Amino acid sequence: MILSRLAGRPVLLVIGLVAALLLPWFVYPPVALDIACWALFAAAVDLLLGFTGLLSFGHAAFWGSAAYATGLIAVHSGLPFPVAVLGGAAFSAVLAVPIGYLSIRLRGIYFAMVTLAFAQMVYFVANQWRDVTGGENGLQGIPRDFFGVDLSDPFFFYYAGLPFILAGLFVAWRIVRSPFGRVLVSIRDNSARARALGYSIDRYKLLVFVLSAALSGLGGGLFAIGHGFASLDGVYWTTSGQAVMMVVLGGIGTLWGGAIGAALIVELNDRLATAGFQETGIITGAIFIVVVLVFRRGVWGTARTLLER
Amino acid sequence: MAGPVPGSPVLAARGLVREFRGFRAVDGVDLDVAEGSVHALVGPNGAGKTTLFNLLTGFLKPTAGSVRLGPHELAGRSPEHVARLGLARSFQITSLFAELTPLQHVELALAGRTGLGWRFWRSDKALRRFSGRAAELLEQVGLDGHGATPAGALAYGRKRALELALALALDPKVLLLDEPTAGMGVEDVDRTVRLIQRVRETGGRTLTVVMVEHNMSVVSSLADRVTVLQQGRVLVEGPYAEIRHDPRVVTAYLGDSNAAH
Repeated sequence: MILSRLAGRPVLLVIGLVAALLLPWFVYPPVALDIACWALFAAAVDLLLGFTGLLSFGHAAFWGSAAYATGLIAVHSGLPFPVAVLGGAAFSAVLAVPIGYLSIRLRGIYFAMVTLAFAQMVYFVANQWRDVTGGENGLQGIPRDFFGVDLSDPFFFYYAGLPFILAGLFVAWRIVRSPFGRVLVSIRDNSARARALGYSIDRYKLLVFVLSAALSGLGGGLFAIGHGFASLDGVYWTTSGQAVMMVVLGGIGTLWGGAIGAALIVELNDRLATAGFQETGIITGAIFIVVVLVFRRGVWGTARTLLER
Repeated sequence: MAGPVPGSPVLAARGLVREFRGFRAVDGVDLDVAEGSVHALVGPNGAGKTTLFNLLTGFLKPTAGSVRLGPHELAGRSPEHVARLGLARSFQITSLFAELTPLQHVELALAGRTGLGWRFWRSDKALRRFSGRAAELLEQVGLDGHGATPAGALAYGRKRALELALALALDPKVLLLDEPTAGMGVEDVDRTVRLIQRVRETGGRTLTVVMVEHNMSVVSSLADRVTVLQQGRVLVEGPYAEIRHDPRVVTAYLGDSNAAH
């Protein structure tokens, strides 16, 4: 009884907000920002995977190209970092229109493969276009201007960036709990039925694809500002894979699960790297396998089921 | 042309053909469905009933031929477009959204005609504006009191009733029912027949129904006209009493085991 009351939204919302606000007190502040950015990225991927039934294996294209776009705006225009970050998100949204248009008609593994192929094309362009992206060296020296306020301390920058993440998560939540989100769930559960009710499912899928890309780009752009550089890693396929892994770890179709997956993976990678352990993939991979085998619904999905009992 | 005259065709197919890799599943079918009638499509397995159904509703594109609903040409249009033009269908295999409640199902169906489905920035509470009408429709099909149960947990007969409510929610000109009594016991069949009769006569008009049906007692109690299909072609068409004893129909159903090859 008490547990089921605890599962009520306001309590969890407060816990989540407090956790977000206290995060840099408990983990290394730059890592805290990484967790926040990846949490938004994972929520964006979950919009497609958990709520529309589309497994995108190419979201690195949006995360990584938004990082470049954000960096280029910040480097060349000298505008405050929020403008650069929003510009990066807008760039991802625009990029998602042709990619989404050409891939959303496909289902299942074919959709995953085509999105992966597009992401590899973006990677290829980023690698070749050295004058703009810096190629293998990455785009370095991205400033974080904010009307002369000194944000060089990662601890303070975390709080400057957090509102963007929270706003992005709010948008994702709003989408899921909107009439549009209801249509998405109907497409996921039974697309033929949704069409028979008069819904143009391809257009709905395209819109959610673009929204998801914009939110991914918001995370990727802030990530680039936080690190001061944008690199090829951001558009590499392992980035897409890591986002999907976070969603699966946290729980597909839970939205907040992705944040838990992000916290686990980013923090673990950091701890292992600090300890001098190189092959972090073996550890995260092993944890991933255990979670998938033992907790089918992911960490958050399983916890929620237990709370609701 | 004047408004719809009772008895004039509201749905008409001409020369409808659908080929699958050289095999003609539907092979030149003409069909006239009279306004306000119940028109049954019957025939042995593989006769092309389901293919014809999918051609009418846009789920398959015809290889040749046309489908007209009033003034609109339907052939080649998408299923969602066909649905918006007023041709609503149910599915043979119960086809619902497992996690949504019946009330949410019908709200979604009602919202399809508005642009509300696009509003990703609004709360889903906005859908409640349809809940009054949705509750009415659920009551009409006898699902009052089950509005809040997830559809996946409903009993089979209730799922079929929800299918009907969803199709009715589209306020269709023509209702297409794909084996509405498939898999039902005798009691549920009778109840469904009465339900279909009842919902046809609401809103001051008689809804036109096209149904694929195997159960001949359902056909006899509901259908004004029957089209018998065999191997993708129209074998016979007429009132049930007429076609029932037609020797060609008897042969089609019993197989030609008595006939010499």
